[in-house]
Amino acid sequence: MRAGWEVVIGLEVHAQLATRSKIFSGASTAYGAEPNTQACLVDLGYPGVLPVLNEEVVHMAAMFGLAVNATVAPRSVFARKNYFYPDLPKGYQISQFELPIVEHGELFIHNDDGESKRIGITRAHLEEDAGKSIHEGLDRSSGIDLNRAGTPLLEIVSEPDLRSAKEAVAYMRKIHTIVRYLGISDGNMQEGSFRCDANVSVRPQGQEELGTRAELKNLNSFRFVERAINFEIERQIDLIEDGGEVVQETRLYDSDKDETRSMRSKEESHDYRYFPDPDLLPIEISADYIETVREQLPELPDAKQQRFVDQFALKGDDADLLTGSRPLADYFEAAVAATAAKPQLVANWVIGDLSGALNRDGLDIGESRISAAALAGLLTRIHDNTISGKIAKQVFEAMWAGEGDADAVIESKGLKQITDSSAIEAAVDKVIAANPGQVAEYKAGKDKLIGFFVGQVMQATKGQANPGQVNQILKEKLRN
Amino acid sequence: MSAKHTDLHTRSMTELAAGLDKGEFTSVELTESLLARIAEQDARLNAFITVTGEQALAAAAKADKARAAGDAGALNGLPIIHKDIFCTRGVKTTCGSKMLDNFISPYDATVVEKMADAGAVVLGKSNMDEFAMGSSNETSFFGPVRNPWNLECSPGGSSGGSSAAVAARLAPAATGTDTGGSIRQPAALTGTVGIKPTYGRVSRYGMIAFASSLDQAGVITRTAEDAARLLGVMAGFDKRDSTSIDRPVPDYLGSINQPIKGLRVGIVRQHFDAGLDPQCGERVKEAIAVLESLGATAVEVDLPNIDLSVPTYYVVAPAECSSNLSRFDGVRFGHRAENAEDLMDLYCRSRGEGFGDEVKRRIMTGTYVLSAGYYDAYYLKAQQVRHLIADDFKKAFADVDVIAGPTSPTPAFRLGDKVDDPITMYLNDIYTIGANLAGLPGMSIPCGFVDDLPVGLHLVGAHFAEETLLRCSHQYQQHTDWHKACPEDFK
Repeated sequence: MRAGWEVVIGLEVHAQLATRSKIFSGASTAYGAEPNTQACLVDLGYPGVLPVLNEEVVHMAAMFGLAVNATVAPRSVFARKNYFYPDLPKGYQISQFELPIVEHGELFIHNDDGESKRIGITRAHLEEDAGKSIHEGLDRSSGIDLNRAGTPLLEIVSEPDLRSAKEAVAYMRKIHTIVRYLGISDGNMQEGSFRCDANVSVRPQGQEELGTRAELKNLNSFRFVERAINFEIERQIDLIEDGGEVVQETRLYDSDKDETRSMRSKEESHDYRYFPDPDLLPIEISADYIETVREQLPELPDAKQQRFVDQFALKGDDADLLTGSRPLADYFEAAVAATAAKPQLVANWVIGDLSGALNRDGLDIGESRISAAALAGLLTRIHDNTISGKIAKQVFEAMWAGEGDADAVIESKGLKQITDSSAIEAAVDKVIAANPGQVAEYKAGKDKLIGFFVGQVMQATKGQANPGQVNQILKEKLRN
Repeated sequence: MSAKHTDLHTRSMTELAAGLDKGEFTSVELTESLLARIAEQDARLNAFITVTGEQALAAAAKADKARAAGDAGALNGLPIIHKDIFCTRGVKTTCGSKMLDNFISPYDATVVEKMADAGAVVLGKSNMDEFAMGSSNETSFFGPVRNPWNLECSPGGSSGGSSAAVAARLAPAATGTDTGGSIRQPAALTGTVGIKPTYGRVSRYGMIAFASSLDQAGVITRTAEDAARLLGVMAGFDKRDSTSIDRPVPDYLGSINQPIKGLRVGIVRQHFDAGLDPQCGERVKEAIAVLESLGATAVEVDLPNIDLSVPTYYVVAPAECSSNLSRFDGVRFGHRAENAEDLMDLYCRSRGEGFGDEVKRRIMTGTYVLSAGYYDAYYLKAQQVRHLIADDFKKAFADVDVIAGPTSPTPAFRLGDKVDDPITMYLNDIYTIGANLAGLPGMSIPCGFVDDLPVGLHLVGAHFAEETLLRCSHQYQQHTDWHKACPEDFK
């Protein structure tokens, strides 16, 4: 951040809701089908067809509202947002305007100094997604794919409480975590199920009045959010410092060039002519319904993080990492439950070797080649001194490669550690007795021969002797 | 068909049902007879956009088989016409517009489906004002419909093809839609019966939307009894229409024979103001006197805000239509301009070429009243007034069972007389619009003539009081013959 300037950011996050069918029709929401094979007459905006609300989205929006400590409106209204575009079949998008389903929420992030910071959530509303225009590979014409048209979205609008690109990313990650915890969105950013627009402005430090903002569109990864916002901050400050003015406009982030560029100015912006959609009844939600949803809410990330610290005596940062995704936290808890090893040891392994292996192979925790129970089996063997932490890494790799569970690998590879010092001493004595020449050389000062003796002992114990112990006993005996 | 059945076109649906039941004639014979009559007579009227002869005969043959198998539905083998606003699978559905001149619907509207399931035989699709915007049928891309009572006159609109066809005995019944009076006004101007049910009583699915919060499907027939028969088939909840209401459908036919003794009939003073043709007023008063002679009592009621209904309507309806008609953009179906330069050119020319003047006028009005800075002054204010009007009706129905008055300020007017004066045209619906704004059922029945042109009596009921309207109308028709009058040229 450049000295003397303050940045003000608000995010509009679009989370695709994980329903099987669309928000106003029975067509499938599955991703990746042939163009226009998942668009029924309602999605195509045929004459005479009418929307019918998929009740599941109401439940999902209510869950989100409760998860961010918001008001779930007893009555909310769908409105039409009118504009013409070929991927918008009806010439209007059904959204919510004056009366959204969720209002006045909040969540907490760690700010740049690592302190907890409250970010207000102005509102979250339900709406349908548009289709897609396809320009590539078509000669002087454009194609329209309406498979995505009518896919349910929850648009989550933050207060302008974010003060840096990092905070914006932290906020977006938190929303991402929450919607995935609730199971209301798969959060898949590559497929566009989770994306955001950012409203960015700058003002001189201490100024109360907000600067003119630019809206950045098309931010579909955490990395792009950070880069686009940082680019935009620099652009705006440069502009003002050079005596220019920021104009209110919509800007598109180009990830290839890592820059934002103007898409349309305020003057060119649409007048959407919102009005209540007469084809749909208001959504009415009773207090009883809200209580039922509340009772069914899963444990949320913040609560889980706190519990992991309290119950398992984990380091706060580790608890943060583990609770970053519900399947990861579930994996951790399942492993803890299946071993006598300390939870912190389990945490170290899950965050360390396991996450490393998953990343290396591009897998999700749900696709892990080592189950929680299997990892617990491995850690139990560290805990009961059957193997060392170092051997455990070897066992882990073998398990990852599909060579069986920990005990089977230890057995087949003969990795079981000999920690009985009398057994090691016996082996050492034999090696000393069998190699008088080398013993003499060693005693004469050829220190590096120790490696030879260790090798001989390890060979004699089929590698199972604790190498530390072997070293120590050898040195003692050779000193005599 | 056999020569002994030369009068089939004069019979009501109920009479035709009896004839089919008795085996007097078959549905195929009946259908052939009416198709022949349409072929012969419709050139004078232009009531049809599409005649579906082949499909009708196939449906009739199927109905005859079903009847023989003892499996006859409520409308088995009975002929009907659908207003061309209802989507009919595999058949051109134009909504009276060049925009949809090439549109073959891939699906059936719920109303169409329900009638087909009951065994009805569809003779064709009737002409209408473009996208149901008009009160004279003159805005149709397919040309105006002529009134069988006087071919120089309008049959009303927007369901003018339906009303003219039923009045001219081309069919015993036709569906219609009513956003501000589009069933009742044409019924009045052609001496037919028209009912617009309570908003939500009949599914809007597959009915091309004009103003979603006002549109409602109904029927035009020659008798209240036929209207009761058809409404019983059309009505009911449809999960495909969120605004349709889940409420049992009463036995309309079963209750129409009950006397109306004690029925409280409300009279609204403003309905008999200077705007009403005095002779029409006389006919309406005579009709109310008939109801009184049958035991009804007339009570004056006040609808203090009713004068605001036309301006209110002409904000709400255009606003909704401006949005509803956005889907006609030349991209997926309907008219597409040739050789478009770019996207904007495609939009502007497809819509510019596809829509007629009245539709454009309403889209522009609607776009204006929803614009930033004008929304509160127009759309929001109109919605507030709409609530006031609905409240007025609610209060009135605490004291009366029906409200009776004129359907239209004048009898049928001459084609061309009002087409260049939208405001005068809009005032044609001054008595009918209130029912749409309040979502109430309304009905028009013939109650006499002025200068050889029919006059309609308008009845409005409380929500879901269709039974009362049908019973009142049927009882009136048991004691009067206006509904039996046939235009001289179409006997």
